[in-house]
Amino acid sequence: MPEAVSALKGVSHTGFATVAEAGLTGMIQIRADLASPRLAAVLAERGLAVPEQRKVVTGGGRRLAWMSPDELLLFCSYDEAPVLAGDLTAEMGGEHALIVNVSDMRAVFTITGAKRDEVLMKLCPVDFATLPEMELRRTRAAQTGVALWRSGPEEITLICFRSVAGYMMGLLETASRKGGEIF
Amino acid sequence: MSTRLSKGGRLIDRSKPLSFRFNGAPMRGFAGDSLAAALLANGQVLLGRSFKYHRPRGLIASGAEEPNALVNLGRNARVEPDQRVTTTELFDGLEAASQNHWPSLDFDIGAINNTFGKLFPAGFYYKTFMFPQIAWKYLFEPVIRRAAGLGTAAKEADPDRYEQAYAYCDVLVAGGGVAGLAAALAEAKAGKRVIVMEQTPFWGGRAPVDGGTIEGLAPAEWIDRTLDLLATYPNVQLMTRTMVAGLHNHGYAICYERVADHTPGDGRPRHRLWRVRAGVTVAATGAIERPLAFAGNDVPGVMLASAVRDYIVNWAVSPGDRVVIVTNNDDAYRTALAVLDAGLTVEAVVDARERAGGDLPQLVRARGVRVMEGRGIAGVMGHKAVTHVQVCSQAGEGGVTETLECDCVAMSGGWSPVVHIFSHVGGKLLWDEAGAMFRPDATRAPTGPDGSVLARAVGAANGHLTLDAIAAEAGLSAEVEPEAPLAPVWVMPAGAGQALRFKAFLDYQNDVKVSDVELAAREGYTSVEHTKRYTTLGMASDQGKLSNINGLAILSDSLGQPIPTTGTTTFRPPYTPISFGAMAGEARGDLFQPMRRTAMQDWHEAKGYHWEPVGFWRRPYCYPRGAESHRDAVNREITNARTNVGLLDASTLGKILVKGPDAGKFLDMMYTNMMSTLPVGKCRYGLMCNENGFLSDDGVVVRLSDDSWLCHTTSGGADRIHAHMEDWLQCEWWDWKVYTANLTEQYAQIAVVGPKARKLLEKLGGMDVSKEALPFMTWAEGTLAGFPVRVYRISFSGELSYEIAVPANMGAALWEALNTAGEEFGAMPYGTEALHVMRAEKGFIMIGDETDGTVIPQDLGLNWAISKKKADYLGKRAQERSFMVSPDRWRLVGLETLDGSVLPDGVYAVAEGNNANGQRNTQGRVTSSYYSPTLKKGIAMGLVLHGPERMGEILDFPADKGAVIKARIVDPCFYDKEGEKADA
Repeated sequence: MPEAVSALKGVSHTGFATVAEAGLTGMIQIRADLASPRLAAVLAERGLAVPEQRKVVTGGGRRLAWMSPDELLLFCSYDEAPVLAGDLTAEMGGEHALIVNVSDMRAVFTITGAKRDEVLMKLCPVDFATLPEMELRRTRAAQTGVALWRSGPEEITLICFRSVAGYMMGLLETASRKGGEIF
Repeated sequence: MSTRLSKGGRLIDRSKPLSFRFNGAPMRGFAGDSLAAALLANGQVLLGRSFKYHRPRGLIASGAEEPNALVNLGRNARVEPDQRVTTTELFDGLEAASQNHWPSLDFDIGAINNTFGKLFPAGFYYKTFMFPQIAWKYLFEPVIRRAAGLGTAAKEADPDRYEQAYAYCDVLVAGGGVAGLAAALAEAKAGKRVIVMEQTPFWGGRAPVDGGTIEGLAPAEWIDRTLDLLATYPNVQLMTRTMVAGLHNHGYAICYERVADHTPGDGRPRHRLWRVRAGVTVAATGAIERPLAFAGNDVPGVMLASAVRDYIVNWAVSPGDRVVIVTNNDDAYRTALAVLDAGLTVEAVVDARERAGGDLPQLVRARGVRVMEGRGIAGVMGHKAVTHVQVCSQAGEGGVTETLECDCVAMSGGWSPVVHIFSHVGGKLLWDEAGAMFRPDATRAPTGPDGSVLARAVGAANGHLTLDAIAAEAGLSAEVEPEAPLAPVWVMPAGAGQALRFKAFLDYQNDVKVSDVELAAREGYTSVEHTKRYTTLGMASDQGKLSNINGLAILSDSLGQPIPTTGTTTFRPPYTPISFGAMAGEARGDLFQPMRRTAMQDWHEAKGYHWEPVGFWRRPYCYPRGAESHRDAVNREITNARTNVGLLDASTLGKILVKGPDAGKFLDMMYTNMMSTLPVGKCRYGLMCNENGFLSDDGVVVRLSDDSWLCHTTSGGADRIHAHMEDWLQCEWWDWKVYTANLTEQYAQIAVVGPKARKLLEKLGGMDVSKEALPFMTWAEGTLAGFPVRVYRISFSGELSYEIAVPANMGAALWEALNTAGEEFGAMPYGTEALHVMRAEKGFIMIGDETDGTVIPQDLGLNWAISKKKADYLGKRAQERSFMVSPDRWRLVGLETLDGSVLPDGVYAVAEGNNANGQRNTQGRVTSSYYSPTLKKGIAMGLVLHGPERMGEILDFPADKGAVIKARIVDPCFYDKEGEKADA
C-alpha cells in the first residue's frame, strides 16, 4: 500500500515551548447511545471505559475522548484504525451506532514545555489555570475549531481539521515565538 | 521656559541618560521619563498645532487625558501618528515629530484660520459645504481633509507582531493606585482570583505626588509594602502598562497591554490585547482634573495644576519659573507647595472663590504667596508661550484689575471621577453637588444576566477625591490636609462677554469653545448627544476627557436647566485608543484567515496554479502553462478533458455519512427526490431545499449499505448542510435513529474525466472499472495502484468520468500517480473554471449561479428530481403555494447569442415599456455565461419569463455603452443531449 503522510509530515518548532505535528494518528469516530451496555462491553473488551463528560480515558495503549453527549473519539495506531472501526461496528451487533475511521480527517499537534499553556492562552478562550489533566475541551484556536487536553506532564495535545493544519501550525509557531512569554 | 530641575524626580534614573529627537533636533532625557517630561525638560513647550484653527499648543496634562500633545512617533515602517507624549515612555533613539502644521511647527500657514476664527463657528462645515452636493465628494472633502488631519500613517507593512490572550478571574481591578491596590489585597485575602491592571509603568497613582500618610506610612512606602504583600499571593496577577480599555456584557473586559512600545524591535510582541472574563470589575481608575474656561486657556504654558506638580515631583521638570495658579478649590494649592518646594516662584494664586480660608491656602500664604480671592483670569497673553495673565473679578465681565508676569499657568476647575469602566456596560451616574461632578451610583451598578453586579467603583473613581476618604472606603486609616469645598466655575469670569467666550476653549483637540456650545443651544440643540455631534465637543481621540463636564455644564446653563437634567454623553470603549494591530492580533498575512488546504495543494502551488476562493479553500481555477493566458488555459483544459483525460481535485466536495434504521426516511425528507429506494451500490443526483422551498444544495447521494448513505454536497455547502441535517435531527426528529458524520476531510477526491479515463484507471490496475462492472451511476470499492479507493461513476462534465475517493493522507500520492500514469493519455489537471464551462455545456445547474435563494427546483426544469410519490419533504408545502406554482415564474433556458459573442454574466433581458419607477421592464436574466471552446461560441443559461415555452424567440440584452446583444432561447443542454458519452 502506498505510504500515507500526515498533513504537515511531523514538522515542529521550538520557541519558548515546542510545538509539533504529531504525525499519523488513528482516530475512530463513535456516535452511539453512551449509556448502551453493549457499547460499554465492546469498549471494556479493549480495556476502555465510556468516559465521563469531557474526559479522556486510556486503556490498552489507546485513548478514548468524550466529544458530545452521543459522540466519542477513539485514538489508536493509524494502521489498525480501518480494521478496528470495522470490528467495533460488527461487535455492536446491529445496535444503532455510527463507527467510522476518521484518521485522515484531522491533524494532531502537541505543545510541550513548562510554558505550554502560555502558547494556547493566546489562541483559545480556555481557562488553562483550571483545566484538569485529561479533560478535553472543544473550543477554537483563533478562527478555527479545535479540541485539546492535557495529555501528559508538560504536554497538551490538540486536534483540528486536516485542511487547516497549516494555519494551525502558523498560529502555534507565532504564539510560541521567543519573547512572547506572558509570565 | 521649562527645564530640568537639578534635584528630585521620583520616577527618573539620572544614571541612565537617553537620547532622542524631536522634529530632528537631538534632545536628552532619563530612564523613567515620559516623552512629555523629556520634551519639557528640553525646553520644548510648543508641541503642535490645533486641528481647526492651527493654534500653537503645548501640554495641558501629564496622563492619558492629554488632548494636545500628539506626535508622529517613530519612522518609516514604525511611524505611528497621534501618539500622546504623556503616555509614551522615553527610550533611547526615540524619534518624534509634531503634527498638523505646514510648513513648520513655528511658522504655520494654516494659522490663518485662527485669524478668521469667527467664520468657523459650530456647525460651520455642515452649514457651508452643502451645495452643490457633488462638490462635497470631489472638492470640499478632499481639500478639508488635506488642510486638517492629524498625523500621517506608515506606508510600509507594520514590522511588529501583535497578539491576544485570554484570562479569567473573579476580580479584575482597573487601576493600580491606592484604591486599586487596597481593593486587590482585600479580594486576594478572601481567596479570589485577582488581576490588577495599571495603565502606566508605575504603581501608586497620584498619592505619592499629592502626599499625606496611609496607615502611618508615606504613600510610596505603603504602595511598596502592599505590592510586596500582593506578590506573595499566588491568586494575584499584577500587570503594568496594561489598560482596561472597555467592559462589556457578561463581565467581558478588553484590556490593552503595551508590552514593547518602549523597547521597539526587541523581538517581543508590541501590544497584547487581553480578553478577560471577570466576575466583577473594580474601577479604581482615579479622577481627571478639569480645566477652567477662560480666554486664552490654550496658550502653551497653561496646564492643569495637577500636571504641573506631576512634572515637578515625578520627573523633576519645571514647566516654568514663575507660576500663576488659578483655581476654584483647595487641591490646586498643593501645586503651589510643589512649585515652592522645587525652589520656583508662585506669582499668585488666583482663587475664584470669595474666601480661601482652608488649611492648604493658609499653608501657601504662610510661605509668602499672595492669594487673590474672588478673582479670575480675563486673558492670557503670549502666542507660543505664556508671558502674562490678566486678572479680573470672577463675578464681573472681565475688566482687568492687574496683569501678572508668568511663564506657566496652573489651572484647576475641580475633578471628574473616571467613570468610564463603570459606565461602559450600563452603570448609572449621579450628580454630586458638593464635588460638582458625576460619580457612580452604586445602587444602579451594571449587572450581569443573573443580576449580579458587574462593576463597582472605588477611590477617586467613586468620587472619593481625598486620600482619607479613599482610605476610609477601603477600611484603612490615612491623614491628609483637609480641603474646603470648591465653588463650581464653568466660565471665567462669570460675566464674560462674547469676545472672551470666543477664546475660552473647552475641547482643545477639536477647537470647541464656550461660544460654540452656546451657539448650539441657541440654534435649538437641547440633547447633549446632538450638541456633541454638532459642535464636535468630545469627539476627538481624547473623547472629551477634559471637556465633557465643562461642556455639558455650559449647555445646561444656556438651556437654563440643572446639569443632571442635561446628563452626560455615552461613555464608550476603548478608554484611550488602542492599536489596530492589537485588535487584529495574529490575524495577518498567512494567518489572516484559516486557509483550507487539500492534500494536493502543494502540487497545485508548485504548478503555479491560478486560484479562486471557495469558502476558505483556494481551489485551482486553472493551471496556466508558461505565458498562457487564464482563458487559453481554461480552453485547453476543457478541450483536453473532452478529447483525452482531465484530472480535477474534487476533495472540497462535502461528504456526509448518514447512518441508521431511519436514515432512509430522513433522507427522503432532506431531499426532494426518493433516496430510501436507492439500491445499495447505486448513486443518485439529489436536490435539497430549505423550508421555504428554495433550492439550497445539490449533489450525488450514494447508497453504501442497508442502513448507510453518503451524501455529497457542494464545496461551500458541506458544513452548512451538515448543520442543517443535525438541526433537524436534534430539534425536530430527535426520536429518529439517525447519526451523521461529516467526512468531508477524511477523503481526498479526484475526478478522472474524459474518453480516456477508463484506460488510465485500467493502467493503474487493481479493480474492474469496465462499463459492465461499474456502469454509470454506480460505485465500487477496491484498490487502484495499491491505493484503497472508492470509485463513483458520476459525471458533472458530460464525459466518461470516475470520481475516486482515497484517504486524505494518500491523496497527494494518488494525484501524483494519476498525473504520471496519465502522461501517455495526455492527462492534464483542470480547474474550477473548466468544470464550470463543461457543466454549462451540459446544461447542468450550479448552486449559487442558477440559484440565489429565490429559485425553486421547478424554475430550473428539475421536476424530474422531485418525487411526486412522497408525502412530504422539506420545501414541499412551500412549493405548493400560489406564487410558487405560478406559470409566470422565470424559468431556466439556454441562451445563444446571434453573433456568437459571450453575454455578460447577470445581464437582464428587457421587455416592452417601463415599470412604475420609470425603469425598463425586464423578462429574464443571465445566470451563467461562458465561452465554450467545444462549441466555439458563447453559451449561456438564464431564467426567462415563460422561457421553456418560447424556444427560438430572440431576446434583447442591453450591455455596456448602449450596445444590445441579441440572443435566442434554446435548450440549456448544448452538448451530447443523449448523454451517450457519460454512459460510455
